[in-house]
Amino acid sequence: MSERAASKDPGSRASSAGTPPRVRAALAAVGIVLIALPWLIGAFGDAWVRALCFAALYVMLALGLNIVVGFAGLLDLGYIAFYAVGAYTYALLASPHLTEHFPALAHAFPHGLHVSIWITLPIGASLAAAFGILLGAPVLKLRGDYLAIVTLGFGEIIRIFLNNLNAPLNFTNGPSGITLIDQVRIDGLDFAHPSTIAGLQPSSLVLYYYLLVAMALLAMLVCIRLQNSRLGRAWMAIREDEVAARAMGINVRNVKLLAFSLGATFGGIAGGLFAAFQGFVSPESFSLMESIVVLSMIVLGGLGHVPGVVLGAVMLAMLPEVLRHTAVPLQTAVFGRVLIDSEVLRMLLYGLATVGVMLYRPRGLWPAPEHGTEGNNTPRGPGPASQVVPRHG
Amino acid sequence: MAECVLLAASVNKRFGGLQALADVEIRIDEGQIYGLIGPNGAGKTTFFNVLTGLVRPDTGTFELGGRPYRPIDPHRVAIAGIARTFQNIRLFPDMTALENVMVGRHARTHANALDAVLRTRRARVEERAIRARAHELLDEIGLSRYANQLARTLSYGDQRRLEVARALATEPRLLALDEPAAGMNATEKQALRALLDSIRTRGITILLIEHDVKLVMGLCDRVTVLDYGKVISVGTPADVQRDPAVIEAYLGIVHAEPAPRAQLQ
Amino acid sequence: MDTLVQQLLNGLVLGSLYALIALGYTMVYGVLNLINFAHGDVLMVGALAALSAIGVLHGLWPGLPGWLLLILGIMAAIPVCVSLSLVIERVAYRPLRHAPRLAPLITAIGVSILLQTMAMLIWGRNYLTFPQLLPEAPLHLGNATITVTKLVVIGLATLIMGALLWLVQATRLGRAMRATAENPRVASLMGVNPDAVIAMTFGIGAGLAAVAGVMIEATYQVAHFYMGFIPGLKAFTAAVLGGIGNIAGAMVGGIVLGLIEALGAGYIGQLTNGIFGSNYQDVFAFIVLCAVLILRPSGLLGERVADRA
Repeated sequence: MSERAASKDPGSRASSAGTPPRVRAALAAVGIVLIALPWLIGAFGDAWVRALCFAALYVMLALGLNIVVGFAGLLDLGYIAFYAVGAYTYALLASPHLTEHFPALAHAFPHGLHVSIWITLPIGASLAAAFGILLGAPVLKLRGDYLAIVTLGFGEIIRIFLNNLNAPLNFTNGPSGITLIDQVRIDGLDFAHPSTIAGLQPSSLVLYYYLLVAMALLAMLVCIRLQNSRLGRAWMAIREDEVAARAMGINVRNVKLLAFSLGATFGGIAGGLFAAFQGFVSPESFSLMESIVVLSMIVLGGLGHVPGVVLGAVMLAMLPEVLRHTAVPLQTAVFGRVLIDSEVLRMLLYGLATVGVMLYRPRGLWPAPEHGTEGNNTPRGPGPASQVVPRHG
Repeated sequence: MAECVLLAASVNKRFGGLQALADVEIRIDEGQIYGLIGPNGAGKTTFFNVLTGLVRPDTGTFELGGRPYRPIDPHRVAIAGIARTFQNIRLFPDMTALENVMVGRHARTHANALDAVLRTRRARVEERAIRARAHELLDEIGLSRYANQLARTLSYGDQRRLEVARALATEPRLLALDEPAAGMNATEKQALRALLDSIRTRGITILLIEHDVKLVMGLCDRVTVLDYGKVISVGTPADVQRDPAVIEAYLGIVHAEPAPRAQLQ
Repeated sequence: MDTLVQQLLNGLVLGSLYALIALGYTMVYGVLNLINFAHGDVLMVGALAALSAIGVLHGLWPGLPGWLLLILGIMAAIPVCVSLSLVIERVAYRPLRHAPRLAPLITAIGVSILLQTMAMLIWGRNYLTFPQLLPEAPLHLGNATITVTKLVVIGLATLIMGALLWLVQATRLGRAMRATAENPRVASLMGVNPDAVIAMTFGIGAGLAAVAGVMIEATYQVAHFYMGFIPGLKAFTAAVLGGIGNIAGAMVGGIVLGLIEALGAGYIGQLTNGIFGSNYQDVFAFIVLCAVLILRPSGLLGERVADRA
């Protein structure tokens, strides 16, 4: 009986036999490229490695938002607030700011607050998750577009508070933000002053690259596991038909709340890493535009499909850099001056990506393959987020 | 004496000016196939929705398997042991037939997010079991060849059967079917009859709403007839068929013999 | 007491502006169930176009009186906003009319970004100054002051809203709009062309926004590419507060929100002992937004949304 069952179910056969050799080879190749990349690209300048680091951060953010929008079908326009929570948590616990402005703390921590990132990341993540539940609980019953606007409102409220909580007590240092944030330290290896490893001398930037890419890969793994689990199926069911899902014993409210807080957790972790990487945080980095940027990444890549989301994030994070280095000199050469500067180009790109995808390729560039019709080795993904994109688009 | 699976009493529901359910009572014993029939608008689907937590009754007491039962949330209803299908078929259209049935296992399984992320032993074992059971159910229903096909690509009759398979996956005490034969032709109805019979032999009690009187009469052990929200007749199909009140409700004409009207409950 | 009257006046000014903008949101939501995210940015483009027009006119005829320039500015903004919103409706929203609910919203967000980009390209990123067109000297009402410009805002808004109410209640077009808002399919059976009515709805909303946009820059003397977003969001709040789809609701909601914001900003310092100051002004609108959507989504006067079953 189980033999027959296995033979009828190519998906399970594939997973029980392990990943097929073709996919394994591809993954290995990608792995090698990722390891070598900073050295290769670094030859063209540090700016490119920095861009890759930001791409990794955006991948984490996109994966997190994908859980909320792509898996659970809830449009959160204030997602960047969780990024902010994670970032400011690390910033406050690992910089001179609090000890400078609160003598009581300076007294308690004479050497300054330098909480290790490995402690603050879980704290920031938990705080973000808590905010996720706080935000999610009252809004879950709202219909889709109202949910979007309320979350947008929450995001803006967070930003306004970050901008203004510098008087009478200076918590966040307002628009100036918090600077001099500690860098990451692993096992004696200080990212600020890296030592020689295995004969190579990686710069601080390269070390961050490896850390961020590793975290991004971890995030991908977590997402894929979530997707192919009982919980992932429950999310899919809710997206497809909430009433039927409930009738099957799924506690829709709690499962949606879980999506919110898991997504928030991703944001919180990415935020902490961002604060360490950039060395300073300010409310400017957490505007509505950033939430929209992350949304456009997952929409462009393929809502609900993990590889697609990663593609979208990498594309929309790297393309502005590419344009910055090509379009500016190109315009200067052709027109004698820069008509469209890189900031505007970046925004133009996001706007076009969003509108273009929705009108012409609503399932995204790399949507989940239509399952049931593919061969044995195709990983099964959820159908398109049916609340957002048309079924057969 | 067969154990009572479902006991519903004094169920009332008013929607604005309309009394949709008036003092409805039902008793379903274990292993029965119980029919709920009545003309259009009699309140059958309302009762279903009350029973499965989609609509809150004004009054009503329920017992499921001898224990008090309060149909508050639909998801708790499923966990308590009542599984339902829908009049308009509510499958998960872009999930495969197999996945649809796997979702049905949700109520009886426990792996959570942490289990999923860490791929704990419990999660892996449970996942294998879910998949295996889903395959089994598809086999029993006769849909295994569609296991990896999207639910929306199945024929109408197969979709209805899939919905039943999915409901069975929740290991219900009571399987509540909302017009399972709607839109089926004679052959499909035969197959449905056979299917429901086989489900009954496995000890699952069935409650069904149906318009097809012939199907109901041939299949059900007992029947309750509703009209304008009130129970007008209860009994075996044969009894109910002869009840003048039922005839009048369906056909709207007075019985030829000036017999006294059957006393209502 | 002085502060109270002053804040009430401020609130009326804000409220009038919100009401004008909110009408656009509410009418579009009423017929399409769509939050026209780009509405605020359409306003912005019109306002910047008006600024440019005024600059050109003043350059050509320096003797023109301020009030005339203002009127001409408004007359320049209106066709810009109307045509822009009609193009957007045709190109970005109409193809998605039968798409799942969130697709048009996401597209609207994209359009909003594109409009801001367009504005950045044409007018640059800096804050532009709007000239003082109407007499500067404030008028005194008791101990409160108000400028001529602000009075014009209130007056103009009242006039326009009155006209709109008349249009919707008493004319054939208005009846067609109300019918389409309630049930587009049935309305089309009665001979109403829903596409045309929807286009008109967008157009009228855009026209109102144009007026609001010019009055905003006239009042605050500044214009830039991001000026439409926050007022747009607040106006949407006002529309929901009054009852989405409900035209009277948008007017009421606008005024109420303006008053809440002005009174809040005016008194928050006193109420919180200086912990929170008027720099938190924007938060009020967002708090009202969240509160209304969570606690009373149908709004003060009840929502009127199309039956798009």
